[in-house]
Amino acid sequence: MAFRRGGDTLEKLELIYKGAEAYLFRSTFLDTDVIVKYRLPKPYRDPLLDRRIRRDRTILEARIIARIKELGVPVPTLYMVDPEKAIIIMEYIHGIRLKELINHANISTIETYVREVGRSIGIMHSAGIVHGDLTTSNIIVKEDTPYIIDFGLAQYSDELEDKGVDIHLFLRSLESTHPRFVDRLFKAFMKGYEEIVGSRGKESILEKVREIRMRGRYVEERKLRKQ
Amino acid sequence: MIILGIESTAHTFGVGIVRDKDPFILADVRANYVPKEGGIHPREASRFFATKAHEVIKQALEQARISINDTDAIAVALGPGLGPCLRVGATIARALASFFNKPLVPVNHSVAHVEIGLKLTGARDPVIVYLAGGNTMIIAFNDKRYRVFGETLDIALGNLIDVFAREVGLAPPYVRKGVHVVDECADKGSKLLNLPYIVKGQDVSFSGLLTAALKHYKTGKYRLEDICYTLREIAYSMVVEVSERALAHTGKNEILLVGGVAASKRLQEKFKLMAKIYDASVHVVPPRYAVDNGVMIAWTGLLAYKHGVVIPVEKAVVRQRWRLDEVEIPWRS
Repeated sequence: MAFRRGGDTLEKLELIYKGAEAYLFRSTFLDTDVIVKYRLPKPYRDPLLDRRIRRDRTILEARIIARIKELGVPVPTLYMVDPEKAIIIMEYIHGIRLKELINHANISTIETYVREVGRSIGIMHSAGIVHGDLTTSNIIVKEDTPYIIDFGLAQYSDELEDKGVDIHLFLRSLESTHPRFVDRLFKAFMKGYEEIVGSRGKESILEKVREIRMRGRYVEERKLRKQ
Repeated sequence: MIILGIESTAHTFGVGIVRDKDPFILADVRANYVPKEGGIHPREASRFFATKAHEVIKQALEQARISINDTDAIAVALGPGLGPCLRVGATIARALASFFNKPLVPVNHSVAHVEIGLKLTGARDPVIVYLAGGNTMIIAFNDKRYRVFGETLDIALGNLIDVFAREVGLAPPYVRKGVHVVDECADKGSKLLNLPYIVKGQDVSFSGLLTAALKHYKTGKYRLEDICYTLREIAYSMVVEVSERALAHTGKNEILLVGGVAASKRLQEKFKLMAKIYDASVHVVPPRYAVDNGVMIAWTGLLAYKHGVVIPVEKAVVRQRWRLDEVEIPWRS
């Protein structure tokens, strides 16, 4: 596959990740290492619905990345967006996923990173943006800075519900992949979050997270509420 | 080994009798509570169950040509489900177990839907998509339990289409000749309207879609067929999308559809189109066992009993919100 736009040709597209929703290619663009994200058409969707979803998600993702960048949160730089082809070309972040780092780096270093992530999410939430798929796989640490990536499911929202889902998903990813450090890391995350949103903001989001868990799958917590 | 199983979680009081060699089903008798209007009224349903239970059990024993003394254990669905309905089945099961001195086997209704699907389709290690009136879950077996990969954050898929059908006057009845009335109506539509498609991570949310669809209907500006078409198209695509994620994530190569909504042809078609991308196969539980029944409880009870799962009568209380991922599955490794 080759994508062309004007005179710029993407060199040596290398498929690096086959996700369910999109393929990621590594390439160079204007002499820079880039990621090319291509949202795949899905044969099981009505064609109009499919185009709508792919186009809307491409535009939304690009807008959100640009907006977050403006706010000073470390995210990849955008180089090109083509909504009709459902393609985004962005900076390749040379680093290590937080998910892998957790099992190798020392825990207090990880705590620092996670607190930074908490701040980033606090900034996003204060600006009315939610990530939608916040897991430790979607954070890459480069030169001691945690970059948040994959805004494929991000959206503009000021609903406490949506923000709560972000925190809930992050907590769930800590629980499922790093059970030993859940409490410490979540505390560090919330500390960073609180630095941005204040203690009232933190309390209301934690209350929401508890509510989401009681509604959904976390029976043990539901029992606690009854007592 | 012969097990008698009792199902009474929602609208069906079912008794199944199974054994541990094929053909494994010895009896399958059901009494369905059909509300005169609206949805299930739990207390009314439970009264209906209480009056029918005796007859259903008797018929099942006759069908199997056995006496209750020939059974090795009594299995019962203790949850999840509607409290009053569950209590009827639980009370009867406890009474049978203590009177005839039979071991009592607790069965999780959701696990039973999965197990009967596996048994009847021969799927080995699939991503399981459980779609029913009260449940929407994407499940895969991992490390002793069925794990939930994704689920609805609010109402179930079956609930979405049932409530919509009821509110716009398409139902009851909800199903005609095995086809849901919303499916039937959607087949006559073709125009995609602008309704919300909400996927959050691995989870889906249907309540916003329901509200928007009802709002569209109330304006009177859109054909009901097109609203049904859009509602179905979006709701099914959402479920297929999160199932696709689970399939890609787990690397499994089978999909198993269970639960009442699994019978939808359009839904199955969409799953087949998705599965093709991954060279995966799609298995669908036969319609008769997609809906609630006693056989699935008996069968799961048999698997459990063979692995020593029993519950003392005095501890056999119902659990309305008993999640399937709380249940250890010693019969799979």
